[in-house]
Amino acid sequence: MYEKQILICAGTGCISSGAYEVKEALDNELQKNNMEDKVRVILSGCHGFCEKGPLLIVYPEDIFYCEVTGEDMPELVEQHLVNGNIVERLLYKDPNTEQIVSNHEEILFYSKQKRLVLRNCGVIDPENIDEYIIRGGYQGLKNALDKDPSEVVEMIKNSGLRGRGGAGFPAGMKWEFAYRSQGDKKYVVCNADEGDPGAFMDRSTLEGDPHAVLEGIMIAGKAIGSDEAYIYVRAEYPLAIKRLRTAIAQAEEYGLIGENILNSGFNYKVNIKEGAGAFVCGEETALLASIEGERGMPRPRPPFPAVKGLWGKPTCINNVETLANVPLIMRKGVKWFTSVGTEGSKGTKIFALTGKVNNTGLCEVPMGITLREVVFDIGGGIRGGKKYKAVQIGGPSGGCIPESLLDLPIDFDSLTQAGAMMGSGGLVAMDEETCMVDLARYFLSFTQNESCGKCTPCREGTKRMLEILERITEGKGEAEDISRLEKIAVTVKDSSLCGLGQTAPNPILTTLRYFRDEYEAHIYDRRCPAGMCKELLSYYIDPEICNGCRACTKVCPVEAITGEKKEPHVIDEEKCIACGACLDRCKFGAVKTK
Amino acid sequence: MLSLTINGHEVKVEPGSTILQAAEKLGIFIPTFCYDPQLAQVGACRICVVEVEKARALVASCCTPAADGMIVHTDSERVLAARQANLSLLLANHPLDCLTCEKTGECKLQDYCYLYGVDESDFVGAQKDYDLDDTNPFYIRDMNKCILCGLCVRICYDVNGAGAIEFINRGFDSKVTPAFDDPMEYSSCVFCGMCVDSCPVGALIPKESIRQARPWELKSVKTICPYCGTGCGLELLVKDNKVVKVRGDLSNPVSRGQTCVKGHFGIDFLDSPDRLKTPLVKKNGEFRETTWEDALELVAAKLKEVKPTEVAGLASARATNEENYLFQKLIRSLGSNSVDHCARL
Amino acid sequence: MTNSISEIEDAQALFVIGSNTTETHPVIGYRIKMAKNKGASLIVADPRHIDLADYADVFLQMRPGTDGALLNGLLNVIVDESLIDKAFIEKRTEGFEELVAAVKKYTPEYVEGITGVPAADIRKAARLYGTAENAAICYTMGITQHVEGTNNVLAIANLAMASGNLGKPHSGVNPLRGQNNVQGACDMGALPNVFTGYQRVDMDAQREKFEKAWGVALNSTPGYTVTEVMDAVLDGKVKFMYVMGENPSLSDPNLHHVDEALTEVDFLVVQDIFLTETAQKADVVLPAAAFAEKEGTFVNTERRVQLIRQAVTAPGEAKPDWVILTELAQRLGLPWKYESAEDVFREITDLTPSYAGISYQRLENEGGLQWPCPEEGHPGTSILHKDVFAKGKGVFTPVEYSPPAEEPCQEYPLILTTGRDLYHYHTGSMTRQSKGLAAFRPMEKAQVNPEDAKALGLEEGDAIKITSRRGEVTARSTITEIVPPGVVFMTFHFHESAVNLLTCCEAIDPVAKIPELKTCAIKLEKAAL
Ligand SMILES: Cc1cc2nc3c(=O)[nH]c(=O)nc-3n(C[C@H](O)[C@H](O)[C@H](O)COP(=O)(O)O)c2cc1C
Ligand code: SF4
Ligand code: SF4
Ligand code: SF4
Ligand code: FES
Repeated sequence: MYEKQILICAGTGCISSGAYEVKEALDNELQKNNMEDKVRVILSGCHGFCEKGPLLIVYPEDIFYCEVTGEDMPELVEQHLVNGNIVERLLYKDPNTEQIVSNHEEILFYSKQKRLVLRNCGVIDPENIDEYIIRGGYQGLKNALDKDPSEVVEMIKNSGLRGRGGAGFPAGMKWEFAYRSQGDKKYVVCNADEGDPGAFMDRSTLEGDPHAVLEGIMIAGKAIGSDEAYIYVRAEYPLAIKRLRTAIAQAEEYGLIGENILNSGFNYKVNIKEGAGAFVCGEETALLASIEGERGMPRPRPPFPAVKGLWGKPTCINNVETLANVPLIMRKGVKWFTSVGTEGSKGTKIFALTGKVNNTGLCEVPMGITLREVVFDIGGGIRGGKKYKAVQIGGPSGGCIPESLLDLPIDFDSLTQAGAMMGSGGLVAMDEETCMVDLARYFLSFTQNESCGKCTPCREGTKRMLEILERITEGKGEAEDISRLEKIAVTVKDSSLCGLGQTAPNPILTTLRYFRDEYEAHIYDRRCPAGMCKELLSYYIDPEICNGCRACTKVCPVEAITGEKKEPHVIDEEKCIACGACLDRCKFGAVKTK
Repeated sequence: MLSLTINGHEVKVEPGSTILQAAEKLGIFIPTFCYDPQLAQVGACRICVVEVEKARALVASCCTPAADGMIVHTDSERVLAARQANLSLLLANHPLDCLTCEKTGECKLQDYCYLYGVDESDFVGAQKDYDLDDTNPFYIRDMNKCILCGLCVRICYDVNGAGAIEFINRGFDSKVTPAFDDPMEYSSCVFCGMCVDSCPVGALIPKESIRQARPWELKSVKTICPYCGTGCGLELLVKDNKVVKVRGDLSNPVSRGQTCVKGHFGIDFLDSPDRLKTPLVKKNGEFRETTWEDALELVAAKLKEVKPTEVAGLASARATNEENYLFQKLIRSLGSNSVDHCARL
Repeated sequence: MTNSISEIEDAQALFVIGSNTTETHPVIGYRIKMAKNKGASLIVADPRHIDLADYADVFLQMRPGTDGALLNGLLNVIVDESLIDKAFIEKRTEGFEELVAAVKKYTPEYVEGITGVPAADIRKAARLYGTAENAAICYTMGITQHVEGTNNVLAIANLAMASGNLGKPHSGVNPLRGQNNVQGACDMGALPNVFTGYQRVDMDAQREKFEKAWGVALNSTPGYTVTEVMDAVLDGKVKFMYVMGENPSLSDPNLHHVDEALTEVDFLVVQDIFLTETAQKADVVLPAAAFAEKEGTFVNTERRVQLIRQAVTAPGEAKPDWVILTELAQRLGLPWKYESAEDVFREITDLTPSYAGISYQRLENEGGLQWPCPEEGHPGTSILHKDVFAKGKGVFTPVEYSPPAEEPCQEYPLILTTGRDLYHYHTGSMTRQSKGLAAFRPMEKAQVNPEDAKALGLEEGDAIKITSRRGEVTARSTITEIVPPGVVFMTFHFHESAVNLLTCCEAIDPVAKIPELKTCAIKLEKAAL
């Protein structure tokens, strides 16, 4: 019998910050102290708080250590496990209150969350099916197998579950279409392509609780009358793929995948398809083309996949997170599920919180929570005490939301109204030093690179918009550029074939809507209000600091700096080309920008 | 039948018809680049977009099924703006050497720019800059002019089955090219020329006809290919008593516009300097030119010298029915049944 | 073809035998691939690993000249596994019992021994063909240019009838005819034994009809065939030869023999558009108009009569063949009065029941018509033998396999097979005058298997000398696994490498008189070119 359990987070984030080294060191120390059969060490899925990884929790006392290293292990074993003293220096310190917190439930990062989909992540060993089953796993499937497919469809419809992959399409409706489509063969496809830059919600779910996704897939299969599924995972997720394979093998062993599951007569087969990693392959029709072995290019809809999908067969395609919600609904019922969330958006949503907040990482929040709570409570506010400027929500397809809308509730419809999008869960916080034009440029360069090249507006339009944004951030913007941007953006949004093109202008359109003055400052005043666009900085020498050492005059390529020896120098703004050489050269910090 | 309204006119169509087909039925013009009724539609070029009431975005009429009660506008401001902007985007990335371009006169990009009043692009920026591929003797590929409609790729895969060309790269760098970006010569291309016929712009140009004629100077004559027994329909394009160019005859029920390399690029034997132009008579082992009068007189005289059964004739599997008929009629009328041809070869 | 080209792409199963369709009939080749894309099963049988083999569900690579055994093997499985169409056999055919008895010994294992095709593949092919609701067979010269060519065709017919794959859409027996109007030339009676529409010279009623219409007395004895006529010349029985638009100097087997005959004949008239190898031997050469320089009709392989139209005028004094023939006939005192090709066509339709309903007007309006089209309002016939066979019941004719006339031996250890390639046509008289085609494929490249090449020390592109019992030619070689070891493939497009100097004219199919062009024994040597 073990006296203690130690959970080490082995999500991709913690692994890269050293979770495996921590485990090795810990095992060593335990061995040295002959404590191997007293303390059980478990590698778990992601806890979400990657910013502070590697994370380590000691049960039963529930002490939460963060940013631990292998070198901390001797001390941790000796102090905590042997002597029973908590190692304070490894505890979490709230960045705002400076308070030390030992119990993770008390950390704001966790306490504002509602972890339903992620309930098992970081808690169970994802490579052990028993742990999943003990916590109610596969009960939902069992309930579904006892029901008529139409009843299962009805339940999901009533639950109000909407797709978490981006568009927020009601899952129950999609299932119903697929259920009604005639076909000798039907497929369920799980979209685990997760291409948004910086997003890792689906990865964490797959790594931390793969069985939940499998169970969701099979419930969908039962509902629509399918006997085979594909999980399309990006090849850059080797750990998720490995854990999925393990999970499938274990479920097969337990008779939960295969022939005549739980004696119900229901058969199921689950395949894994590794995706090549192009962003557009996450678009459902491109994804299907990719599974079929063709180039991942979107196809026109209709016909929708539910009618004519994979190899022409009716196909229900859902996102990982959508499917991971399903077992819970089947187990705990519609009423329980609809008690969380808002009128139009039920349940929770997982976000990957990044950017200029103190606590970056993965969080699951109830729908309807405000942006303010996410940024300031969970995210712990803006790093370095800087001023909040905006969040970009929804990744490259999403939009920017300014301070004035901080109290906007996070749900599908409010976000769309604000010009942004729920998207798949990317949430980037920005402070006053982020240039909004540059931000739009960043996303456009992403979408331009990822445009599949099939349709004219997206292929050509994103390139031209990107060129204009580049020009503006380089201080070469023209007066007509804003109207050009608007003209192209509207056309690309209105006439592109797939969601990539249709949403690619969103970052431009929302920044133009909320931060038009920044564009104008760049174009008319040749000034970047955030001070980010290098070519637009104006350089000056602080006469208080300058001692006239002449060093800067030697590096200026256009001889814009003048001044007598030992006297403060000046930069001729007319001549200055903003190369920044003087700034780098001055040892006294006298060269400044504005 | 379902019923929809386009620009205020009601039209009834079979279920499964597209908006484009419904508009055609009403005689309403919608521009298209990537549409080909022979192929499955892919909705790539987006020039055919129309406004459907209650739809969130514009829809591509070539691949959107008509639905009962649908209300469609093909010429609303929103539609025109999108068409103009898309043309402008295409133009921004297209060489404007229309003066000397082989396609002038039958270039869809030119025609639509004219129609929608797009004279120069608003959006100047980078342009593609690829080398010309003229390594094969049949056609030139100038990918700088390609508007990436994808017709050639689909024809090559779905009609020919050769699959010689594919899209590579993404975004602005997208390009249609043979495997490994090699010249056509080393690809699986069989030079059927069907992609050349389908290209809406001047990206694929048959070599034989370069600087031979403007499209409007050409007279089209529909006939049948002189090579194999499939009997494909060809359109011979003629200027000044010379066949300048050939393309598949879309109206031919056998071939539906399809061709192989011989029909498409192998008809220029007509102009070979080696063609026989006058009757020849052999004297002392040498051919001499002669008149029809003398040649036919000689043949007739020789025929009268031999017994009927000593005459034998070989007709031709490449001459017309009428000619084969007359040939056997002639030999048989002389009293011989020794007529044959190389049916067996 | 019993069926039509447009039906191919929707067939459930296709059996392509002895036809390198993608090169010889490219557009039909496209349709076969389309059918495959739409889900048809494809069976390909050929001695070479042709392009279509890559698309096939089962590829039967038989030894050259063993088609007959393979076909009987397929029949054996179809009978054995009851994949037959009983209703069809009972209602529409006779002689099935005899067939069953005859194919009994052709078990897949026995046939494997002859053809080299694994028995399991024979079974698989027979099942794919036999279980499909509709299955079409396509074949070309690979089947007919053999000593047992007629037998092969009969075996194919047996296969189609036994499985009920005749007289319905997407099925049938479909010979893909080689040249653009070979079907028309046959229909028009350019054959020694029949007038137009296969009306026989030796049947009095039919002959008398023509005598009356033409106003002359006609001979009732069938004449010489192409292959026989050369012997007849050498025997002094034929003294005058008139060749219109043919080049037997390159196309006929055993060119030495042909050369000798054409040189020997007292008087040779050649009417052509180029001074071909044959024309060079002529006493008089008459310049003809090419297809684009005249009006008329062609008939394609699916029996479709189509109009050709004049696009340009003929060069110099060249004239359409029909004009030349008319002028000559008039000189010979025959009462011919044709003003146009259409005049001739009217006479044809008057005399030919299967063409009776066709007119230029209809061809113009309807885009071609497939015969039989017996009367004005008849839509033409896209599928033959729909309800009955022309001759009443379909008769199964059991055929025994006999090996090719010439088998490899110590002196000539390899087998040569011949055919066409995509870029040239027949004897090359037209295609080699096309700049693009000539540039792309300037010369013969005999295909040699890497194993044989290695044994001979051949490198890609080396010159080789190919020798048979009848002669020798030189060519460049290309080393490729398209041909199996022991087999060499050449085309007959190039007079510089005139392959028919090697082939054999004594070996002729006794019924159809088609020469054995597909196989002959040869040896290979490296050569200087
Ligand atoms: C460019 C593009 C990329 C997408 N990428 C993803 C993705 O990575 N993961 C995902 O689940 N959905 C993605 N989608 C959305 C899918 O097309 C589809 O709507 C989704 O898989 C449906 O599942 P859901 O209804 O459960 O959200 C993407 C859409 C577009 C237009
Ligand atoms: S919108 Fe972009 S990604 Fe989508 S089909 Fe068009 S080019 Fe491809
Ligand atoms: S010529 Fe024919 S084979 Fe070659 S690329 Fe074009 S369509 Fe394909
Ligand atoms: S080459 Fe022509 S047909 Fe092919 S994609 Fe480009 S524009 Fe279209
Ligand atoms: S013609 Fe419709 S999208 Fe190209």
